[in-house]
Amino acid sequence: MTKLNKYALSVAALCSSGAALAGTGAVADEFKWMTFSVFGVIIAITMAITFWAARSTHTTSEFYAAGRSVSGIQNGWAIAGDYLSAASFLGIAGLISLYGYDGFMYSVGWLVAYITVLLVIAEPCRNIGKYTMGDILAFRNDPKKTKTVAALSTITVSTFYLTAQMVGGGVLIKTLIGIDYEVSVIGVGVLMLAYVVFGGMKATTWVQITKAVLLVIASIILVFLVWSPYGFSLPDYLQAVIGDEKVVAQVAKLLGDSAAGMSKEELGQRFLEPGLFLKNPIDQISLGLALVLGTAGMPHILMRFFTVPTAQAARTSVIWAMGIIGGFYVLTLFLGTGAAMLVGSAKIASVDAGGNMAGPLLAQYLGGGENSLLGNFFLAFVAAVAFATIVAVVAGLVLAAASAMAHDIYVGVIRGEKATPKEQVVAARVSSVIVGVIAITVGIMAKGQNVAHLVALAFAVAASSNLPAVFLTLYWKKCNTTGIILGMVVGSLTAIGLVMISPNMTYPKAVIASAKKVIDGEPVQAAKEAKPAVVASSFVCELFAMEGCIASAPAKPASPEKAAKLPVAEKLAKLNEKVISIEAALLNVSSDLVLQKQVQDELAKTKKDIAAAEKAKAKAEDDLKKFEGQTTSIMGLEKPFFLLKNPGLLSIPLGFLMVILGSIFTRDKRAEEMWDELYVRQNTGINSEQASVH
Amino acid sequence: MSKPTINWAAIDANPKFQALHRKKTFFLWGLMIFSIIYYFMLPIGAAYFQALFKVKVWGVVNFGLLFALSEFVVAWVIAFMYSKKANGEFDAMAQEIINETQGA
Repeated sequence: MTKLNKYALSVAALCSSGAALAGTGAVADEFKWMTFSVFGVIIAITMAITFWAARSTHTTSEFYAAGRSVSGIQNGWAIAGDYLSAASFLGIAGLISLYGYDGFMYSVGWLVAYITVLLVIAEPCRNIGKYTMGDILAFRNDPKKTKTVAALSTITVSTFYLTAQMVGGGVLIKTLIGIDYEVSVIGVGVLMLAYVVFGGMKATTWVQITKAVLLVIASIILVFLVWSPYGFSLPDYLQAVIGDEKVVAQVAKLLGDSAAGMSKEELGQRFLEPGLFLKNPIDQISLGLALVLGTAGMPHILMRFFTVPTAQAARTSVIWAMGIIGGFYVLTLFLGTGAAMLVGSAKIASVDAGGNMAGPLLAQYLGGGENSLLGNFFLAFVAAVAFATIVAVVAGLVLAAASAMAHDIYVGVIRGEKATPKEQVVAARVSSVIVGVIAITVGIMAKGQNVAHLVALAFAVAASSNLPAVFLTLYWKKCNTTGIILGMVVGSLTAIGLVMISPNMTYPKAVIASAKKVIDGEPVQAAKEAKPAVVASSFVCELFAMEGCIASAPAKPASPEKAAKLPVAEKLAKLNEKVISIEAALLNVSSDLVLQKQVQDELAKTKKDIAAAEKAKAKAEDDLKKFEGQTTSIMGLEKPFFLLKNPGLLSIPLGFLMVILGSIFTRDKRAEEMWDELYVRQNTGINSEQASVH
Repeated sequence: MSKPTINWAAIDANPKFQALHRKKTFFLWGLMIFSIIYYFMLPIGAAYFQALFKVKVWGVVNFGLLFALSEFVVAWVIAFMYSKKANGEFDAMAQEIINETQGA
């Protein structure tokens, strides 16, 4: 790492700030002061909010639910702020910039999810619940048992999501401004704890609102700048996008051999067609199910509905949230395609392979580029909003996990609902600190781990465990304690278990093989004939790698003979020789300015190639060292047994089935007796928790 | 806050509550099922009906892109329809039941 940094620094000194992207953050050193000032201003605003909110955060209702005094519109903005996490805000723009249509299609499920929230979850939960998901389940089921299971599930889901956010946040801040990963994670953790511990739900809500407003403003400005040169015409704009050389080159790269024989127009148009990224439709349906049903089971989203005074306000808040979230994803289409056209996928991927920097780099470009003051101000602003995003989302998650720990487990189960109001608030604050410290520790421990799948896993667990339990408690008379416990335990364990044996995990054999390819080079590959698509021999074979199964595979085009690839060390030596010869040539052309420029460009390009090769070499060596002697994943598998990345397709129906079976085969008098009350209350709001009066 | 004991079973048996329950169930499930089917048409279409998705409709804008955009519009229309119905009809029906209960 230090070697890479040193190298990047020396390159930065040699050529331009472009090469500095590799090691010291996307912001050039001379503009760092501005980035820190923008960050400072945003942190100061949120601290002022916390200070103001802390004055009216004394009771449990104020701590967990902001005194139920948040208006519907405010809550709508807060939900959007909670939901537009770094994964959806930076990630989707990135996916669109790299893969076009598929990235946009991916964003749809995140919005459709709110239809479930609106139609079946938001209002009943507001009418029945108090602070947590456990309260809803305990209404007619055995309180101690269901609260324990609900709290465990809440903490599990929150921890998965938290880890993904903390790691993503640490990497993001490091990539943007070059602060050390550990420092970033601790910074995010401490700030978030300050909001939660002192300002409770009120501070968290207003931080989320502030961040959502900033995010929407920033996106609108960027989209205006991207789209206005085309007179706000969608076809004209997209015509320009797919006509761009960089976009055509990216599609050609993604298609590989099958790009041969396609015209430039066809390649460009392909950017707007499906299939460049999402290749397995069954996996997509599985992910879609997890999103559409999982959002309604996310504890930090559920919790937001306890902050409004009435069920009507809960309804208003979902409508506003859908407007903001959906509008934002439509803007993302322009941000992503704009970044692909103006910045170029190659540059975006060189800063962050997942494309997460597409939005920030577009902002920098639109402001005037790498070396301009305005460009770096735009970049700093977007970076600061991204930082605020992570802090706000993490704060919401910590609050959800802490409420499960303090309200469900400590007050509900351990103290048997007998804690005094003061004890409850203390328990809430102590739990927040515990969860916060865990989040920071896990964030630091998970450094360098692949955590992208944890977001999908959090949604899958929420959809397989929380949603069946909450949904059937609210709408099915026969549902009871045994069913809830069985469904939640089986649903969440199935989701986690399937992911553990899925392609999401790291399989050392494959990693070692690809690292060896880099180090030792590859021999000549003979030309291959085209292969038609293979359909799996049965549906089970689509899901599991079982013996005697023929796995499905997409069609492969014919590929020409490929030249051998040199081992990376030899490649580097050659590139370094090239640099020496170019530098010698540079001395000879000093009189001809045009020629001199050409040679200098050639030099810069070669140096970039060297940087890329160095990076690949370091990674390969690192991988070989890390996985030396290992042949199986942590589950003892050489290759994935479950073939989908998302377990939802199996674990969600199983979660529902287990609640139903458990309820049918046992009797629970209380669950039946309470049904009338629950059903009347969820539909009318009689006796629901009232807003606290100030 | 002391609350009077409420006879929940009586409200549940109230024809007005039954009517609210029936209307809500019908309306909500209709919207829910429609929206799920419409949503899953997108990944299924993108995977198995690529020829249709590639048809250019409006300049370079193809059917697939318009269909993806329509998902947003449909989601918003569903949200609008539900809130209109709930604000206008369901809330009034629920209020009537509440008034009856608390008046009794």
